[in-house]
Amino acid sequence: MLSRVAGAPTAALARLASTQATPALSSEAPKGMGKTGTPFLNTSSAGEYAVARLDDVMNMAQRTSIWPLTFGLACCAVEMMHFAAPRYDMDRYGVVFRASPRQCDLIFVAGTVTNKMAPALRRVYDQMPEAKWVISMGSCANGGGYYHYAYSVLRGADRVIPVDIYVPGCPPTAEALLYGVLQLQKKIKRKREAQLWYRR
Amino acid sequence: MLRRLVPFATRGSAAAPFSSAAPTEAAQEKKPTIWKIDEKKRDKLANFGRYAAQCLPKFVQQVQFAAGDELELLIHPTGVIPVLSFLKGNHSAQFTNLTFICGVDVPARQNRFEVVYSLYSVRFNARIRVRTYTDEVAPIDSATPVFKGANWFEREVYDMYGVWFNNHPDLRRILTDYGFEGHPFRKDFPLSGYNEVRYDPELKRIVYEPSELAQEFRKFDLESPWEQFPAFRNESMSAAYEKIELNPTEKK
Repeated sequence: MLSRVAGAPTAALARLASTQATPALSSEAPKGMGKTGTPFLNTSSAGEYAVARLDDVMNMAQRTSIWPLTFGLACCAVEMMHFAAPRYDMDRYGVVFRASPRQCDLIFVAGTVTNKMAPALRRVYDQMPEAKWVISMGSCANGGGYYHYAYSVLRGADRVIPVDIYVPGCPPTAEALLYGVLQLQKKIKRKREAQLWYRR
Repeated sequence: MLRRLVPFATRGSAAAPFSSAAPTEAAQEKKPTIWKIDEKKRDKLANFGRYAAQCLPKFVQQVQFAAGDELELLIHPTGVIPVLSFLKGNHSAQFTNLTFICGVDVPARQNRFEVVYSLYSVRFNARIRVRTYTDEVAPIDSATPVFKGANWFEREVYDMYGVWFNNHPDLRRILTDYGFEGHPFRKDFPLSGYNEVRYDPELKRIVYEPSELAQEFRKFDLESPWEQFPAFRNESMSAAYEKIELNPTEKK
């Protein structure tokens, strides 16, 4: 293995050997990322290295099968359906709609959240098992949007549930929502649950 | 006399008194965006309006056309059930379909609320509107004994305007939040309401609080310097209505 990077300076070699983070090919990977796509490169001990790889595996499993809850409230729901349809085909990212919050990792808040709907939204969110994410889709869910000053509409879904990704638009295109999901995958990739546990 | 003036009061003429002939003229008209008023049908509707006013002189206050050919009966609030059951049951009208009920709020009037019933006759392909009025406290008779479908429409009018309907089987709010106070479609209801909602992590539930807006609602003056409808500059609000003379002898 070392012979393949014979030309590299010895200091760098030593560092690479200690972290095992894919030597030589690091020039092909994006900045700050290993060949396997891991963002956890700077591990200082063997224990940290082990839990970092554990994190990598867990994060990969989670981000490649995000199952969202169908929570369409208004016209954004139609764009959410387009995201599911063959043209953008969310299934290729492992994103599959589930009808029960108990089986979900993600909730698309797609549309206007009214005051009357807010307790239901919170309850559905509470029913989802842990390690859960929220994508707020469209102006209305982001901050009230067109209905910001209305008497019956919640001024943003984040008044009720914590939101990870805000997708702007009125409504956002299916492509924008797809990009939102990719951003969420990126976010999940950096989740260091095992490392935080180990550090404690 | 009645038979002569109102042809569809007779039983024999029940065959399509409202039906329209002469589609050829409409086809020749080359402006498809302009609604062409069918004069024959309009005359028949006007005749029916007169007939209804003669049959129910106690309730019908005025018969008029809105927007050219839409027949309207303006009635006293006590006459909702008699007028609607007359329109539904009369064999030469058969307005069996209740299209909608809605409310209107005009705060300048003595009786500020208006309740509008729109009916459709499947048999004759004709529509009619019945309008009545009330204020904040005076109840109106529910139309549910005549039309079962009036149930939710009346709940909506009650919810949005606070008009009370007597003898309604289940008069409660239908659209607004549980425990909502006020009637949002009244002109004196503020746009942003009184309460807003947020999740309280300590109480672990949704709480209602008085609204605090970071920025007040702003009204922009977006009026164009050009006049959009110069043809209607001097028209009054009621110009679109055309009153029908109830005494046809005057007319002829």
